[in-house]
Amino acid sequence: MIRLEKRKEPSKFWRIANPFLAVLLTMIAGGIMFAMLGKDPITAIRLIFFDPIFSETFGSYSRPQLLIKSAPLILIAVGLAIGFKANVWNIGAEGQYIIGALFGAGVALAFFPAPGWYIFPLMVIAGAFGGFLWAMIPAILKTRFNTNEILVSLLLVYVAERILAAMALGLMRNPDIAGFPGSRDLRRYEAAHNAELIAGTGIHWGVVAAMIAVIFAYAMMTRHMLGYHVQLAGQAPRAARFGGVSPARLVVICLGISGALAGLAGMFEVSGPGGQVRIEFASGYGFTAIIVAFLGRLNPIGIVLAGLLLGLTYIGGELGQMMLQLPGAAIQVFQGMLLFFLLALDFQTNYRIRLTQGARI
Amino acid sequence: MKKLLTAAALSVTMAIPAVADTTKVGFIYIGPVGDFGWTAGHDRARAEMAEHFGDAVETTIVENVDYGADAERVMTQMAISGTDVIFAASFGYGPDVNVVAGRFPNVAFQHATGYIQDHPNVSLYDARFYEGRAVLGHIAGKMTETNTIGYIASYPIPAVIAGINSAYLHAKAVNPDVQFRIIWTYSWFDPALEADAAETLIEQGADVIMQHTDSTAAVRVAEDAGVMAFGQASDMTQFGPNAHLSAIVDRWAPYYINRVQAVIDGTWEAQNSWLGFADGIIEMAPWNDRIPAELQEEADGLIAAIVAGEYHPFTGPINKQDGTPWLAEGETAPDVDLATMNFYVEGITAELPN
Repeated sequence: MIRLEKRKEPSKFWRIANPFLAVLLTMIAGGIMFAMLGKDPITAIRLIFFDPIFSETFGSYSRPQLLIKSAPLILIAVGLAIGFKANVWNIGAEGQYIIGALFGAGVALAFFPAPGWYIFPLMVIAGAFGGFLWAMIPAILKTRFNTNEILVSLLLVYVAERILAAMALGLMRNPDIAGFPGSRDLRRYEAAHNAELIAGTGIHWGVVAAMIAVIFAYAMMTRHMLGYHVQLAGQAPRAARFGGVSPARLVVICLGISGALAGLAGMFEVSGPGGQVRIEFASGYGFTAIIVAFLGRLNPIGIVLAGLLLGLTYIGGELGQMMLQLPGAAIQVFQGMLLFFLLALDFQTNYRIRLTQGARI
Repeated sequence: MKKLLTAAALSVTMAIPAVADTTKVGFIYIGPVGDFGWTAGHDRARAEMAEHFGDAVETTIVENVDYGADAERVMTQMAISGTDVIFAASFGYGPDVNVVAGRFPNVAFQHATGYIQDHPNVSLYDARFYEGRAVLGHIAGKMTETNTIGYIASYPIPAVIAGINSAYLHAKAVNPDVQFRIIWTYSWFDPALEADAAETLIEQGADVIMQHTDSTAAVRVAEDAGVMAFGQASDMTQFGPNAHLSAIVDRWAPYYINRVQAVIDGTWEAQNSWLGFADGIIEMAPWNDRIPAELQEEADGLIAAIVAGEYHPFTGPINKQDGTPWLAEGETAPDVDLATMNFYVEGITAELPN
């Protein structure tokens, strides 16, 4: 008879092994799905996982693209993970990302067309501040009125989307083009352009910021008192309170950090790869980053790997559509499988399967 | 690692057949090919074009591509893989098309409904949807019993605004009491949002729903609520056999065949084409039987007049919403006014998002 037994302590081995196993199972199950669609599964898996990096034709272009696609995911997820560890659930990073982009772009458009080395740093500060400010709304409502930060932060995404649309149509609209929404192209305004730092590598300031954030988050969580408080509040809230950790302070700090990082990600995107404030600017990075945070086990290093992996499936998925005519929906199912297998496997972390002799009647 | 690299290198040579006389045509879509609307219309034309050329042409598609960095990446990958001509089938790809076109001067770019032409290898093409909207407006004005037309609009861009104005003017012409209620979704394809919008409009008294969004959701909602609706870009009758009065059906195929032929012949040059009923680029889905025969004849007559060039849907006198004159008696709208339209005409009570 098969019996499930709760482990005394979550298994460290499975925590690390599960993501790898999930990728493997996704390849197998995805391969079966591709075969059922009449496509060669080996070619499909290779196009998705290997060709973006190793292909001679695409590699030199898609390797840098991988960084461009993954950097905002990593930057946002690192911030979210800190909050998630402390049981502070910021689900609205998408909104903070949008507001950060608007603040950053707002500074750029206010200075246009003046040159100046100080413009870009000001945009960085404004972007982080915008995201921080937007995250403070759920933080203050939670600490003052005990509202649920999940709901408030999520609903504020829709508010942010409306503000974005209003900005693209009104205040930030490019005055030189009649009738069309969208701001000036920041890529054509040198002082505000978040350009590639080394040509052909895909490394822009957002990638650098993501790396710095990962290092800081890692140091904070392992070496700093605040990191200890975060972990304690997440694992034993009562003990944390007795230990002098102020829950309100922690909520503000966690939402503040994740909001500022999401705002930064938005600012680097709008001044670089995104190029301009448009109604459709937000493409779900803030939500995808939640998956990245969990796929990366809320660990900064894990998040880097998870962000790169998800970025890879996006870029590889496009190659799969292009080269093998895989339907777009099949790619989405494939990405969904990854999360499904991870969650399904995670029960091994907390439970073990025991084969026992038949129960006595 | 070395083994992997060789495997990858081998696979690429296999994946890209180096046959010189095959013309590679790439398509990027904002929605899924199964939207039964706008993207389906483009993919229908792609299939027809591919069939026309047979082995001489190889087509490839990537669907659900967001505007911005994603579109730029997909088009770049297409260009790298040897695609000769890329059709970018949505308005918002404009900046991205031009960024990629600058980097690949030997690839031809065809951008649907756009307005940015920074490079000599960027062609723009669009349909005169306002011609079709005139016919829909005429039918809606006659069919409505509540004198309230609901309009689900996507983005406040000239093509959409011109469509609203055209529909309103022609509804008003046959029904002076008609009112338009307009909801903006800021999306081309969001079935849930479109369904919500349709329900809201019906609650506000609309008994005819028009849409400038791509899903079939509004037609389904109208069918369930027992009101009338027009499809978008494709014949959506199957999603509301009673509700679906007609639809402007996009027929890009003749244009696609023409442009790909030019690429094959080596005569391709950038153009800016704005085609209508007369060019066969748009047509109306079969009239629903509930439209009285007399009204069907009127609608057919209206189309015939537009095709013959005898009638322009924007013929003065027309004032702007604020009462300032736009077109004088008998004057027809110049194309530039329509291509940059950013105002409602007089009589529409809604406010244009700004």
